[in-house]
Amino acid sequence: MTDRETPILEFDGARISFFLRAGEANVIPGLSFAIKPREALGLVGESGCGKSTVALAIMRYLGRAGRLTAGRILFQGRDMAELDAAGLRAVRGRRIAMIYQDPMSSLNPVMTIGRQLMEVPMIHEAIGADEARARALAMLGEVKLPDAAAIFERYPHQLSGGQQQRIVIAMALIARPALLIMDEPTTGLDVTVEAAVLDLVRELRQRHESAILFISHNLGTVAQICDRVGVMYAGELVEEGTVRNVFSAPRHPYTRGLLDCLPTLGRDKHSAALRSIPGQVGSPLARLPGCAFAPRCGFAEPGRCTTAPIAPRELAADHRVQCVRVAELPEWRHPPGDGGDDRGEATGPAALTMRGLGKIYHQSQGVFGGGGRSIAALRDVELVAERGRTLAIVGESGCGKSTLARILSGLQSASAGTVDLDGTAIGDLAIDRRTTALKRRLQMVFQNPDSTLNPSHSVGYAIERALRRLKGLTAAQARRQTGRLLDTVKLSGDFARRRPHQLSGGQKQRVAIARALAGDPEIILADEPVSALDVSVQAAIINLLTEVQAARGATLVFISHDLAVVRYLADSVAVMYLGHVVEFGPAAAIFAPPWHPYTEALLSAVPEPDPDARRDRIVLDGAPPSAAAIQRGCPFATRCPRKIGAICDDTPPPEQLIAGTHRIACHIPAAELVALQEAGPPSARPASTEPVDRVLAS
Amino acid sequence: MTVEGKIDLLAAPDRRAVPGIGFAWLRRLAPLLESIPAMIGIALILFWVLGAALAPWLAPYPPNASDLKALAHPTPSAAHWLGTDHLGRDILSRVLWGARTVLTVAPIAVLGATAFGSLVGLCAGYYRGWIDLVITRISDIVLSFPVIILYMIILAMYGSSAINIIAVITLTKAPIIARIVRGITLELREREYVAAAKMRGESALYIMLVEILPNARGPLIVEMCLRMGYTIITIGVLGFLGIGLPPPDPDWGGMVKDTYGMMSVWPHMSLIPCAAISSLVIGFNLLSIGLREIGLRD
Amino acid sequence: MARFFLKHLLFLCLTLLVVSFIVFVLTEFTPGDVARKVLGAYATQEQVALLTTKMGLDRPVLVRYVEYVDHLAHGDLGYSTRFKVPVKDIIFDRLANTGMLAAIAFAIIVPLSMLLGIAAGMRESSRFDRAIMLFSTVTASIPEFAMGVFLASVFVVALGWLPGTATLTGGARWSVAEQLVLPVATIVLFDLGYLVSMIRASMVEVMQRPYIRTAVLKGMPFRQVIVGHALRNAMINPVTVMLLQINYLITGVVVVETVFAYPGFGRMMLEAALYKDIALIEVGALVAVFVAVLTQILGDLGYMMLDPRIRG
Repeated sequence: MTDRETPILEFDGARISFFLRAGEANVIPGLSFAIKPREALGLVGESGCGKSTVALAIMRYLGRAGRLTAGRILFQGRDMAELDAAGLRAVRGRRIAMIYQDPMSSLNPVMTIGRQLMEVPMIHEAIGADEARARALAMLGEVKLPDAAAIFERYPHQLSGGQQQRIVIAMALIARPALLIMDEPTTGLDVTVEAAVLDLVRELRQRHESAILFISHNLGTVAQICDRVGVMYAGELVEEGTVRNVFSAPRHPYTRGLLDCLPTLGRDKHSAALRSIPGQVGSPLARLPGCAFAPRCGFAEPGRCTTAPIAPRELAADHRVQCVRVAELPEWRHPPGDGGDDRGEATGPAALTMRGLGKIYHQSQGVFGGGGRSIAALRDVELVAERGRTLAIVGESGCGKSTLARILSGLQSASAGTVDLDGTAIGDLAIDRRTTALKRRLQMVFQNPDSTLNPSHSVGYAIERALRRLKGLTAAQARRQTGRLLDTVKLSGDFARRRPHQLSGGQKQRVAIARALAGDPEIILADEPVSALDVSVQAAIINLLTEVQAARGATLVFISHDLAVVRYLADSVAVMYLGHVVEFGPAAAIFAPPWHPYTEALLSAVPEPDPDARRDRIVLDGAPPSAAAIQRGCPFATRCPRKIGAICDDTPPPEQLIAGTHRIACHIPAAELVALQEAGPPSARPASTEPVDRVLAS
Repeated sequence: MTVEGKIDLLAAPDRRAVPGIGFAWLRRLAPLLESIPAMIGIALILFWVLGAALAPWLAPYPPNASDLKALAHPTPSAAHWLGTDHLGRDILSRVLWGARTVLTVAPIAVLGATAFGSLVGLCAGYYRGWIDLVITRISDIVLSFPVIILYMIILAMYGSSAINIIAVITLTKAPIIARIVRGITLELREREYVAAAKMRGESALYIMLVEILPNARGPLIVEMCLRMGYTIITIGVLGFLGIGLPPPDPDWGGMVKDTYGMMSVWPHMSLIPCAAISSLVIGFNLLSIGLREIGLRD
Repeated sequence: MARFFLKHLLFLCLTLLVVSFIVFVLTEFTPGDVARKVLGAYATQEQVALLTTKMGLDRPVLVRYVEYVDHLAHGDLGYSTRFKVPVKDIIFDRLANTGMLAAIAFAIIVPLSMLLGIAAGMRESSRFDRAIMLFSTVTASIPEFAMGVFLASVFVVALGWLPGTATLTGGARWSVAEQLVLPVATIVLFDLGYLVSMIRASMVEVMQRPYIRTAVLKGMPFRQVIVGHALRNAMINPVTVMLLQINYLITGVVVVETVFAYPGFGRMMLEAALYKDIALIEVGALVAVFVAVLTQILGDLGYMMLDPRIRG
């Protein structure tokens, strides 16, 4: 790769705006970067930074309102804007191919997979149906989809998310493009599925020699795939360099802020608080004259930073930063990791105890309920949440954590087992049968900030209503108390008059927390409260939760799929798979060996933005089996890389007590497990013997 | 001032802010002014509403009075701007009074259908289970029943008074509204704010009426506008078939029925009420298009 | 598949039973009226009472209903007091007439609405789209009788190209085809408005879906995107609605039939209702409901065949 080689893709001072009724939204003020052939460049940024706009601009698919108002976008040296319609069509799908975020909606639901694949070479290379079919089948093999011939005739809704994404990848690569644009390709996929897809991308990259533009908000995934990375903020490239340089020695305050607020597997709340970035992104309708990040930057100097556009400075070797003060900034250090957690093994009094908890759903088919299936969403769950501490429940989709949340909150009742709330049995008490006093003791914070507040009600109404229902306050009292609650969640009093559509995601979650605190609950149930938020906002909300919990001595039950956040927050952790608790114990014990094989795979799959942390990853085959299938043995047996034999399929694994409260459900004796895992990850992956049908999720 | 409050000033300006107008809901309707279909629709509707409201003062003659002098020359003249019908009655007056009839009966029927249909749809969507099954099947039966036949049977057998007509229209339009509201309810009941309401002990009625229904108002308003149009057509059709309001009260449909046979000689007698009813319905349909456009733009 | 048919067949029978019972109760509720109708307005009360007992009209409703169903099953559809012939002599005739009208109208409406709706929705907010939207709004707003009057005033009164009535009798002056033009045109224009706006809306929605973006970014020519990807998705809903139009075409065109004096099913029902011709009303209602539920079944079938997600 010589330096004189023409870049495959080059942005030269590109300025992109969307023309709305409200005016010109200048999303990208002036972007310049280049990707060399066969290179992988990552673009990271939070929502609203314009990274998706960049992807669509390359393909000239900005819609009616979007336009490239200045600058050029060059592909293989040629200005994309000069292509006519036929030329554009020849490039799309053939020389530049795109992979999208939501594979399910990116595939035509009424067309078979095979036909959608075959279209690409048939359009571009004018080959016949038979040859296209052969190419498509070969491609399905390359993306490691078993039983390619069967999948060929299937429809998208019959496949799992991971399989769909592989199809989209196959569709993109089948024409051997020179540039591959991947727009958040693994967002929305489970961590283990994501690991498998990223693995596939790495492998395919070596074989196909395409350049890659990898767009993501997840710094960890970018670090796994890319050579170089660009950090975007408000449409500008604030820092660009090799992955190693940018992630181990970031120079721009925003990059530093991002890395500071990222919980990683090495950080926990006892060592240091997560540092968040205050404020929120400005609107593209009203751009500030100077640095876009200045209002939120701790180092901003009025005058130098706020008057004129900042020119990028070239630091050593290929590392550009857009900051006037870059040379004056202090050195940056990685946030401290495991700083001696002295939570100790001593267990406190139990606030919430679950014993033998089970939940079975009946899916009926047909008008009269004939031929139904029963789905065991939870099986024999046994957990304890200590008072004043945080219990985290972690697992991927289908593990039952949402069902658990619904049972604890009373939105559904358990089919078996008990839940004991400090003396009161609530497992079979649906929410409408609980007394108001009982309702006050357990409240919930939900996942999606956009649907957690009623769009027709003001913020004040939402909180006041909770106060009046749960504590029986009068209107005047409720108003006063609302002001105090808004204070607790760090929102000013005049937020009470606003409607949800005027709030940002983080602000909405704060209101949701305030609402949950209205009844002074002993137990706060948080169901993925930060999963839908940007990283910088996540940190602030996590800090808020820990603060609130500490101040009130409340018990926090935190449900999440994000292991890094769990590592940070939790005192004790339960790992769930397919409705079972496969491992439970104090946080420190869970994140250190010995692990349940599933936990082991989960931990190794978490993408970290640390380029030095490239460990050998365990990639699990296939997808979790359907929850409707009857399991006799260990639920993880079909995918376990450490499976020892038929015993795993036939007999339920015993609960082995490792130390204190730490227990693992596995047939492999603890001592042997420790030895095996110290030796390293399992090398041979067991071939998936399940035919495609059985492996599909229901 | 908290961090959030200070930074909030940078947030996107409220797109819909129109300076000078005080009421929040008026502000939200301001975009209508930019929609051409909506403006034409509102103009047409206002024209007829004013005409109907002011009929007693605007109509030059009593609607049922026969002017025997005009029988020989019923075509439009200086004395009768729109001419007279076959019985010598002034068409302009009859058209204005006919507007009164239509614009009283139709809104009541639509409101009734909306109220009843919304309640039914809310219950079906919220409770699901057998309540939903029964309600859906019944409304399917009602919807599948050809309405004309139903009208004919009920009105011919039990007589056609305003009450009967309103009742029968309410009954046949309610299932359409119920289906829409049911669909919205099915979606909204899964929202987290509904779960939050349950967790603070709100009753089912509260959740349906205060948490769910207000969020359905967009589609409901558009649908109500559409229903107005169709209801006016229905009233016209009933009048035309002879099962509308009994004579001699002027009823646009009835006016056409009485006079279309004489089309070859005096076309104006039937053309004018046809134009009247068509323009009013076009007005409502254009308005509903305009409303839908605003909804989509958000 | 078998379960689908069984379920729907059951629903059909159930609906027919329920509706026939309701109609029966509604029409035969006051037995005195029936006897009086037969005898005329000048009969005395005793004569009416005598006839009532003789006709068995004073027995409980349920018994009479069962007897009625029994008669139906044996092919005895009753006697029409309005037309003075057995019901079965008139009802199928009229049904056939309306059927002919419906078939011609349907044959025109389906391709035309699809063409216009898809062309409009394909390029949203273009001038063509706006024109189509205006057209469809206007035609859907004009009641059928008004449309009939407008068309007649132009083509019959002003131009004299077509006949003002379509009685299908004695083709001396006008052929059957000429007689049918205006009724068909009225129906087509009215229904077109509704269908075109619906198909257009469905098309617009589909064009905004991500998989259309995928197809375009694959480098597919626009026409292939429409035909290969958008069409089938966009037609899923409209097809079912179009099948439901058959229901309207057979039972709902009474207005058009009245305007043009066409001897059709709807007009027959209207006269029966006005005349309180009970036997005809009952059988007519049954036929109407049968057609309605049948088209609903067809609609469901079409939906299932087009959308693989339903087939599961």
